[in-house]
Amino acid sequence: MSSPTPSASENPDWEKIAADPDFAALKKAKLRFIIPASIFFFVYYMTLPVMVGFYPDFMKTPVLGKVNIAYLFALSQFIMTWTVCALYVRVAKRWDIMNAELLAKYVSH
Amino acid sequence: MLAIAITPALGMFLAFVALTLVITYFSARKATGSAAYFAAGRSIKGWQNGLAVAGDYMSAASFLGISGLICLKGYDGFMYSVGFLVAYLTVLLLVAEPLRNAGKYTMADLLAYRLKQRPVRAMASLSTLTVSTFYMVAQMVGAGGIIEQLIGVPFAPAVIGVGVLMLVYVVFGGMLATTWVQIIKAILLMGGAFALSWMVLQKHDFSMTSFFNHVAVADFAGSKPPVNLLDPGMKYGATLANPWGAWDFISLALGLVLGTAGLPHILVRFYTVPDAKTARSSVVWATAIIGVFYIMTTFFGFGAATILNISDLPLDAKGLPNGNMVAPILAKVLGGEMFFAFISAVAFATILAVVAGLTMSASTSFAHDFYTNVIHHGKEKTMGEEVRVARITAFVVGAVSITLAIKLGSSVNAAMLVGLAFAVAASANLPVIIFSVFWKRFNTTGAVTGLGVGLISSIVLILLSKNGFYKAETAIFPLENPGIVSIPLGFLGAWLGTIFSARDMEAEAKFAELSVRAQTGLGAEKASSGH
Repeated sequence: MSSPTPSASENPDWEKIAADPDFAALKKAKLRFIIPASIFFFVYYMTLPVMVGFYPDFMKTPVLGKVNIAYLFALSQFIMTWTVCALYVRVAKRWDIMNAELLAKYVSH
Repeated sequence: MLAIAITPALGMFLAFVALTLVITYFSARKATGSAAYFAAGRSIKGWQNGLAVAGDYMSAASFLGISGLICLKGYDGFMYSVGFLVAYLTVLLLVAEPLRNAGKYTMADLLAYRLKQRPVRAMASLSTLTVSTFYMVAQMVGAGGIIEQLIGVPFAPAVIGVGVLMLVYVVFGGMLATTWVQIIKAILLMGGAFALSWMVLQKHDFSMTSFFNHVAVADFAGSKPPVNLLDPGMKYGATLANPWGAWDFISLALGLVLGTAGLPHILVRFYTVPDAKTARSSVVWATAIIGVFYIMTTFFGFGAATILNISDLPLDAKGLPNGNMVAPILAKVLGGEMFFAFISAVAFATILAVVAGLTMSASTSFAHDFYTNVIHHGKEKTMGEEVRVARITAFVVGAVSITLAIKLGSSVNAAMLVGLAFAVAASANLPVIIFSVFWKRFNTTGAVTGLGVGLISSIVLILLSKNGFYKAETAIFPLENPGIVSIPLGFLGAWLGTIFSARDMEAEAKFAELSVRAQTGLGAEKASSGH
C-alpha cells in the first residue's frame, strides 16, 4: 500500500498547539457541553432502574389508559437520547469551525 | 443421514449467503494491506457505517433474545431495549471522536499512544479477546438452537456451518466484506421488524389503546392466566426469596449504558470512516436506526403475548417455552410460511454478520496489538505479516468459539451471555479509555491494573453468581449482572494503580500530543486513496 507523504503536517508542534489559547478554548467549549450532558443523561437514565427497582408499585400506576408510568418513562428515554444526540450535533458544528480555524494556523495546504 | 427439506426458509437463507459471498469476492480483491483489511480502507460513509454499527449491535441476542424476553417477562425485557439505546450517548459524547482521531485499528491504539506499548496492549488484547469470545459464544449458541429449530439441522453441525461461513467473510473479505454484510443485514432486519410490527398492529386495528389494553391483560390467546406485561418485576425486582432483586435492575442498567462504549467490535467500526466528523455522523445514524428498532420491540415483543398461544412455542432444553423463537413463530402465525421464512433468514443473516464482526475485531486485536506490537515491538517482519496473522487468528477464534458453543449447548441463555460481555466491556475497557483521553496523570500501571481489575472482578463475580457455579438460592454474589460492583472497581483499579505508582513524566509529556490529536484530528489516519 502506498501512502503519500503529507508535506507540511508531517511533524506538527504538538506542544505549541496545546498551549494555543484557541486550543484551550476549543477544549473548554467541548467540555462545557460534554460534562453536563453526560451527567444529565446518566442521571436521567439511571433514575429508571432505581425507580423500577425500589418503587415498583408507584411505577405500575396507569396514567394513559392502561399505559403506566414505568412504560412512559422508558419511552421518554428514547426521546431523551435523540434530543441529546441532536443537541450534540448542533454544538459540534461550532466546534468544527473553531477546530478548522485553529488548524489553519498550523497546517498549510 | 440428515434429512433437510428445501424449505422457503432455507431457500432465502441460501440467497443471503450467495449475495454475501459475491460481496466477499469483490472485497477480497480490495483487501490488501493492513488499512484495507482491518479498516476497510477508512472509506465507509457515515450513513453506511451507521447501518453497520446498528447491524453489529442488533445481534441475534437483541432481535431474538429481547423479543422473547419481552414476550415472556414483559417490561423487564424492555429494560434491555432502553439501555441498549441510551448507551449510544456514552459512545457519542465520550468515545467515538477521540478514538477515531487518535487510533489506528484497535482500542489499544488509543491507550498505547502515551503509555508503554507492550503491557498496555497485552492487557487490552486479552480483554478484547475475552469480551469478543463471550459475545460470540452467545451468538453461536443462539444460532445453533435457531437453525436446529428452523431447518432441522442438528445443533453441532449448525454451529460448525455458521462458523465456517463467518470465517470465509473474515479471512477473505476482511473489514470491507464484514461491513457490507452488516449493512445488508441491518436493512433486512429493519424491514423484517417493521413488517412484523405492522402486522401486530393490524391485529389490533391500528389502535394503540386496543394494543396496550390487550398487553395489560396478555394471556397468550387464552392459553395462560392474564398478566399485565407493562408492569415491572416479572424477571427482576425484590421478592421475599430474593431481597437483592431491585439491585438487579440497577446493575444491569449500568452494564448496558457503559458497556457499549467498551465493546471492541463496535469501537473498531469508527476506524472504517475517513474522519472524526464522519464517525460522529455514523453514531447519529446508528442512534436513529437502533432507536426505531428498539421502539418496535414494543410491538413484536409485548404484542406477541397477545397473539401467540403458548403452545406455539417450541420448548428449550430445560422444557420451558423457548423465548428465542418468539419472533419467527410470531411471523409464521401472522404472515404464513413465506414470512416465517423471511424472518428466519433475517435471523440467520443477523447471526452470521455479528459473528463475523466479532471475529474480525478479535483477530485484529490479536494480530495488531499482541503479535505485531507486543511480540515484535511494532515492526512487521515481512510485508503483509499482520494481515496474515489476523487471518490465522480468525481460524483459532472461530474454532474456540465453535467448540465452546457446542460444549455449552443450546440451553444457555444468549441474552444473558451478552449482558455479561457488556459488563466486562464496561468494567475493563471503558475506564481506561476515558482516563487515557481526559486524565493527564494516568499512567501504564493504572491502565494495566484498571484493565486487570475490571476483567477479573467481572468474571469472578459472574462465576460466584447464579449464572456461574451456583444455584439461585446459594449464590455468593446475589445479582445476575456484576456491573454495579465491577464497573466502580475497574475505575478504582485504574485510579489507584496510577496514584500509587511513580509519575510517568514521558506519558504526561505526551498528553499534550494525545490531547491535540484526540480533540482536533490533526495527524489522524487518513482514508487510503484509490477507492
